[in-house]
Amino acid sequence: MIARRSWTDAIPHLVLILGVAVFAFPIYVALVGSTWDAGTIGRGRLPLVPGPDGWANYDQALFGDRGGRISYVPVSQMMWNSFVMAMVITVGKIVISLLSAYAVAFFRFPGRMVFFWMIFITLMLPVEVRIVPTFEVISDLGMVNTFAGLTVPLIASATATLLFRQFFLTIPDELVEAAKIDGAGPMRFFFDVVLPLSRTNIAALFVILFIYGWNQYLWPLLVTSTREMETIVIGITKMLGTSDAQTDWNLIMATTILALLPPVAVVIAMMRTFVKGLVDGDK
Amino acid sequence: MATIDIRSVRKSYAQTEVIKGIDCAIADGEFLVMLGPSGCGKSTLLRMVAGLEPITKGEIAIGGRVVNDLEPKDRNIAMVFQNYALYPHMSVYENMAYGLKIKGMPKAEIDAAVKEAARILELGPFLDRKPRQLSGGQRQRVAMGRAIVRKPQVFLFDEPLSNLDAKLRTQMRVEIKRLQSQLAVTSLYVTHDQVEAMTLADRIMVMNAGVAEQVGTPLEVYRRPASTFVAGFIGAPAMNFMPGRMGADGRSVGVDGGLSFTLAEGAAAAGRPVTLGVRPEHLHPANEIPDATTIALRVELVEALGADTVVHGRIEGTSGPILARLPGTARVAIGDVLPLAPAPGELHLFDAETGRRMAA
Ligand SMILES: Nc1ncnc2c1ncn2[C@@H]1O[C@H](COP(=O)(O)OP(=O)(O)O)[C@@H](O)[C@H]1O
Ligand SMILES: [Mg+2]
Repeated sequence: MIARRSWTDAIPHLVLILGVAVFAFPIYVALVGSTWDAGTIGRGRLPLVPGPDGWANYDQALFGDRGGRISYVPVSQMMWNSFVMAMVITVGKIVISLLSAYAVAFFRFPGRMVFFWMIFITLMLPVEVRIVPTFEVISDLGMVNTFAGLTVPLIASATATLLFRQFFLTIPDELVEAAKIDGAGPMRFFFDVVLPLSRTNIAALFVILFIYGWNQYLWPLLVTSTREMETIVIGITKMLGTSDAQTDWNLIMATTILALLPPVAVVIAMMRTFVKGLVDGDK
Repeated sequence: MATIDIRSVRKSYAQTEVIKGIDCAIADGEFLVMLGPSGCGKSTLLRMVAGLEPITKGEIAIGGRVVNDLEPKDRNIAMVFQNYALYPHMSVYENMAYGLKIKGMPKAEIDAAVKEAARILELGPFLDRKPRQLSGGQRQRVAMGRAIVRKPQVFLFDEPLSNLDAKLRTQMRVEIKRLQSQLAVTSLYVTHDQVEAMTLADRIMVMNAGVAEQVGTPLEVYRRPASTFVAGFIGAPAMNFMPGRMGADGRSVGVDGGLSFTLAEGAAAAGRPVTLGVRPEHLHPANEIPDATTIALRVELVEALGADTVVHGRIEGTSGPILARLPGTARVAIGDVLPLAPAPGELHLFDAETGRRMAA
């Protein structure tokens, strides 16, 4: 019995370990790479153990001026830009979709389904498809090179609205009616009942949307042209391409590792809420 | 504290009318049970009293004040739902306190009211729990607690016990009755369970397809059902019906199969097609009842329930089954022919066309 159990346990473990190795190895290489000097990496023989230059690399990447080379933005600046962009997109999307889903799910008003389908249709048009007209609008509004220009077009989309609507439809009518009899108006019901019940969903969406925002590439590339507004994803690609001399692999890898940290932090912060939601989630 | 007046109330959803004109005056402190089969409009009527459904036509007044245009919260009512409808993320205490908090009642008063309700309902040890950590019966008690803390003028119940198992249902039924008489709050109670209706009600409104067939005390409804529907719905097993025709004397009824029964009171209307009803418990062995028409029942099925024995059979020459409820000591076998007779004064006469009670 025990032997059998350990055998059936072994296979899933093996698969998991293999999976982790496949996914984690490149990250490990980047981590190790960020602790050697550019020369060592450049020779193509990157050791698989950490080297001595980690401190210097990170310091230079975050705050340094990279030896007087032109056109350089410190990573701390780019991370801040990315963070603000991802955060505004995440919070904006969640707030707007909560409210619009609430309207569509709980209120009967003329044209309700028309609005719902209009929202739904935007799902079918990803940012890339509507990028040219969107850029036209944003530049006419003078929002190029601003955080508003960076975030507003990405906030307007329906994914989360649809998700929240489906969740709201599972809230029993009786609960809504009980609240009516208790005297809770629509806004009260939203804040006192709907919002707390949506916590798990919000936490999960927060993670997804934050990573979505953090990883945006095409739109920031288009709508920002000044160095000060550069986001980290763009920063990394620029480091790769434009260098006329030796590529600073050590700094690129340090930057990559740094770019990983905020999404990881968000996942860890939200993990607690949605694990709690899963555990609490029985009806 | 409050009377409820339901005046010619109608309700339509789009083209279909589901409440077809109901009138009823409920006295202060009365417990009225609305009883009827599923889909007959009981909940709809209750929800119109609650203010959860607009009233298509007619008027509802609570405590003399017409409430048609009032929000539920302004009607001074409390409602207990079938699925409890507790706020899942709030503790038992918060669930009960929520309505009071919205009203803006001071914290100390809320606390006193909740503690008092918890004491009455024996919920003290559970105040910090979430609804999902409670059993069905406890959840239902919290739902009742939420209703009583508000000290409403009217309690509304929509099948509050139908999610509980049989034993708990009986227990909660007693508890509801006790609470209601203790608090003396006018109550409307919806159910499709006649035992609940008979045991809880001061008066029962028997509903069918959007009309109130009869409003009366439990015994009135049982003893003098106003229509074949009520007669068939109240009482288990259901009343036996025999189609027949009034005799020329206006006192006797000839039923299909050739038998003739004499009624206690006359109903005139000679020659009219009628339905004669007799309850299974009112059929007795013929030798116990002198001078009565004897029914020869050919036994097809015997259900021995212990206290009673329910016999299913047929009168020779007729098609409808007849049930009789005999004492548990009766020895009956399938195939026997039992001579039975209705107890005096226990025959019910209905108009065959309208189904309404005629006399007897
Ligand atoms: N929102 C609605 N729209 C249309 N028809 C409805 C609606 N609610 C109830 N009905 C209909 O009204 C009738 C009465 O319903 P209800 O009052 O819930 O019955 P009961 O509580 O007696 O089982 C049913 O036939 C039901 O289909
Ligand atoms: Mg119902």
